[in-house]
Amino acid sequence: MNMFSTAFSALMQGFAALSWQSVVMILIGCVLLYLGTARKIEPILLIPIGFGIVLGNLPLAGLAASDQGGIINILYKSGVLTELFPCLLFIGLGAMIDFGPMLANPVVLIFGAAGQFGIFITLLLALALGFGRGQAVSIAIIGACDGPTAIYVASKFAVELLPAISIAAYSYMSLVPIIQPPIMRALTTKKERATLMPPGEKKASKTVKILFPLVAGIVTILIAPMGAPLMGMLMLGNFMRESGVVGRLVDVSQNTLTNMVTLFLGLSIGASMLGGNFLKWQTIAVFALGLLAIAFDTVAGVLLGKLMYVVSKHKINPLLGAAGTSAFPMSARVVQKEGQKANPRSFLLFHAVGANTGGQIGSVMAAAAMLAIMSKLLIK
Amino acid sequence: MKDLSFGLTMTFWGMGVTLFTLGLLILIIHLMNRLYPFKKENEDDKKE
Repeated sequence: MNMFSTAFSALMQGFAALSWQSVVMILIGCVLLYLGTARKIEPILLIPIGFGIVLGNLPLAGLAASDQGGIINILYKSGVLTELFPCLLFIGLGAMIDFGPMLANPVVLIFGAAGQFGIFITLLLALALGFGRGQAVSIAIIGACDGPTAIYVASKFAVELLPAISIAAYSYMSLVPIIQPPIMRALTTKKERATLMPPGEKKASKTVKILFPLVAGIVTILIAPMGAPLMGMLMLGNFMRESGVVGRLVDVSQNTLTNMVTLFLGLSIGASMLGGNFLKWQTIAVFALGLLAIAFDTVAGVLLGKLMYVVSKHKINPLLGAAGTSAFPMSARVVQKEGQKANPRSFLLFHAVGANTGGQIGSVMAAAAMLAIMSKLLIK
Repeated sequence: MKDLSFGLTMTFWGMGVTLFTLGLLILIIHLMNRLYPFKKENEDDKKE
């Protein structure tokens, strides 16, 4: 009888060890799985994250990112904490991006700088709320609208906030079509939004397209070496794409590599979201600040767009400024849609894609500058 | 107060470096476009 009850209690260990925090987290994981599967919201990321949360919060399973020696722990330590996964994602990103529209009309690159302003406003707000410096920098970088960059910075300075930051960064990227339009409409008049711009007639030569990733990589890394892993991989991917001679590598980077890393990254981050370290007020603050960061990016971009509208004597549509974030290609599509709402003859997509790719470079530069300053401050 | 000066330093240098770098890239791209302008023949070659 004693053996019978011992065997029974051994089989019930899992249930006995289940805490309310684990149950809540498993439910959150299921919600993410529902959003990814039924609503198709960022399914490529939300499904691995959701399943990772469920697995990581099942007691005694040894599948939490913190369970030493577990398979997800190995992925987490070797891919997330070493910053390997975000860097590998940047090879794929570079292989997917066409810098052509930006190279044909380089002035739109300046929107990529304005699109990062929200990062710094959010940094000040996070500091005011009492977050530590490393945490504030990591939260602020959600404003880069760039998941891999946010993960890269957070894994350096605020590993404890990494799950919340990565979920916020990716969620808000997919919510850009909801966040940006009201701000764009509030800051511009219908006349401004209806400004017609010539469709992309100018083009960049093949030589310029090949040279750009190499030259831009060298220049930006010399200016901010701390961003080298991200910028270097981004430009490597783009150089391979534009060279036109390594189709197989480009194909692997765009598809297999990106998909595999996304799976491992999502699973590892999901399994690091444990009830005890996720269910706290800081998580809500991270989400709120992340939303503000993207809103401020849009405000700064559109305001610069209005300035350019005046300076160019009404030749530049101010909506382009909203594409300066690196939410690629969502922001560009939003600009195109809002422009056509104001003027059905308007076709802004070509220019908006240029500004959007500028935002991609701008976000890495902003992150690199922050990393450089932080590294010096930490040494001191 | 220390946090405020940290935040302002980050903002000044972070935005400054981003603006400077993107401005520099604009100049470099203009220069490259002048040195290697797009020619219609490039496209025609591709079509052939």
